[in-house]
Amino acid sequence: MKITAAEFIEYFKSVAEMIEREKDYLCELDRKLGDGDHGVTMSIGWQAVNQKLNNELADEKDCGKISSTIGMTFLNAVGSSVGPLYATGFLRGGKAVAQKSELTDQDLVEFWIAFINGVKDRGQAKAGDKTMIDTLEPALIALQDNAEASQNFTNAFNEAVIEAERGMKSTIELVSKIGRSSRLGDRSIGVQDPGATSAYFILSAFLKFVKEL
Amino acid sequence: MKKLINDPTYVVEEMLDGYVKAHPNYIKVLPENDRALVTARTTREGKVGVLIGGGSGHEPGFLGYVGDGMADGVAVGNIFASPPPAPILEVTKAIDKGAGVVYLYGNYAGDVMNFGMAAELAEMEGINVEMVLGNDDVASAPKEEKHRRRGIAGELFVFKTAGAAADLGYNLEDVARIARKANENTRSMGVGLTPCSLPQTGKPSFELGEDEMEIGLGHHGEPGIRKAKLQKADIVADELVAAILEDMPLNEGEEVAVLVNGLGSTPRMELYIMFRKAEQILREKGIKIYRSYVGDYITSLEMGGCSITIIKLDGELKTMLDYPADCPMFVQK
Repeated sequence: MKITAAEFIEYFKSVAEMIEREKDYLCELDRKLGDGDHGVTMSIGWQAVNQKLNNELADEKDCGKISSTIGMTFLNAVGSSVGPLYATGFLRGGKAVAQKSELTDQDLVEFWIAFINGVKDRGQAKAGDKTMIDTLEPALIALQDNAEASQNFTNAFNEAVIEAERGMKSTIELVSKIGRSSRLGDRSIGVQDPGATSAYFILSAFLKFVKEL
Repeated sequence: MKKLINDPTYVVEEMLDGYVKAHPNYIKVLPENDRALVTARTTREGKVGVLIGGGSGHEPGFLGYVGDGMADGVAVGNIFASPPPAPILEVTKAIDKGAGVVYLYGNYAGDVMNFGMAAELAEMEGINVEMVLGNDDVASAPKEEKHRRRGIAGELFVFKTAGAAADLGYNLEDVARIARKANENTRSMGVGLTPCSLPQTGKPSFELGEDEMEIGLGHHGEPGIRKAKLQKADIVADELVAAILEDMPLNEGEEVAVLVNGLGSTPRMELYIMFRKAEQILREKGIKIYRSYVGDYITSLEMGGCSITIIKLDGELKTMLDYPADCPMFVQK
């Protein structure tokens, strides 16, 4: 498969839409674990990104630049902890597809691997800490394994999203070890992590997008 | 919850606009970034820059502490969210007078990442940066994991002492050393009575029964150690002070400063009732209160409740605490 820069932009717009739809749900999850603003923060960030996509980036052909600009836009709009995490992900992802106007299966695999590794490097959280890494780490492993075996991005990413969902749901039973919710201790059990949830939305939106192409 | 606002999307912008227009002799927005504010007064060359920052919604924290004898600049985040690196970097460049800049902020994952990224960028521009993280909240992690604790009202003492040291002409290393000493000798413990609500959601940040309180409540409505039936002020003050003294034992004859900090909607009357009991406990233990602060210093929007902070003092910290300060929301003569 091949994804053009214009299609890449459409995907990111679909994330902005999805976050807007799920904003209240993300806040609801966060009220039980943190300060109740995860949906608001994600919405502020993705609305700023959407603005960029519709203006400065509207005719951008360089997928690397699209991704890195999204990272910096998101960061400057939100700060917070998700700002640096996603910014690092999109900057690294952008580097992996620098100066490419079309993305092949191989490019997409490299983009998402770089993206997830960027988030991991910045946050230093481990799987099991009840964070977005519980979604991203299993997706990374599944993507790497299946991309090599199947040589087909959509199939591999399908597996990655299945594992991401499993990881997201695993956070329900986990005790939070990092971030503001970690002070809850055992009281954090029983609620799905909002950061793991929004990370799942970002991945699943991409799967939906490539399947509909 | 009722709020006197316009569009919830622009509450921070409109607050900043109002703030700089109310206090033009004290503070101004940098043209490079509308979340980067610095003192409107001229700072002398060779003075260490003091940069504070964090999320909005804690007013007077943090912008209220930019002024003489306190901070030189502030990076302002969204409500309860760390500012991104860009405004931190712009403030750093504006307040660096050749002697470096010290960053003072609370120990939260977001702040650590954003201030850390800004410090790296500043170093690349040849500006020396020291970072001191406030982590006075006893309730936020056990003693063995003190590095995981969050910063709450006790950050005021870090700003105050570091601001004084910088104004007295101390070098970067010493300003940072004093800020660290202040933080290491500071402990806080809070109690929440009623939640706040974010302007964007309008929903309470946590739920508490009419007759309940939450011991150890965090500064952003993060749940505390336990929910309990609301007790009389003396009993609550007793529990808060006991938790602090268990964590930081004080000997007879030692000197402290005490801060009873309101979270936003708790009347001064109640804060003074809490202080009264804290003073009594300390007096009975032979601990001398050198200075007291009672009021809303670092809030959580309209949250109800308060925290008690105790800082153990030595001669140097007393000098810094006594030093005059003149900020829009903090004046000490």
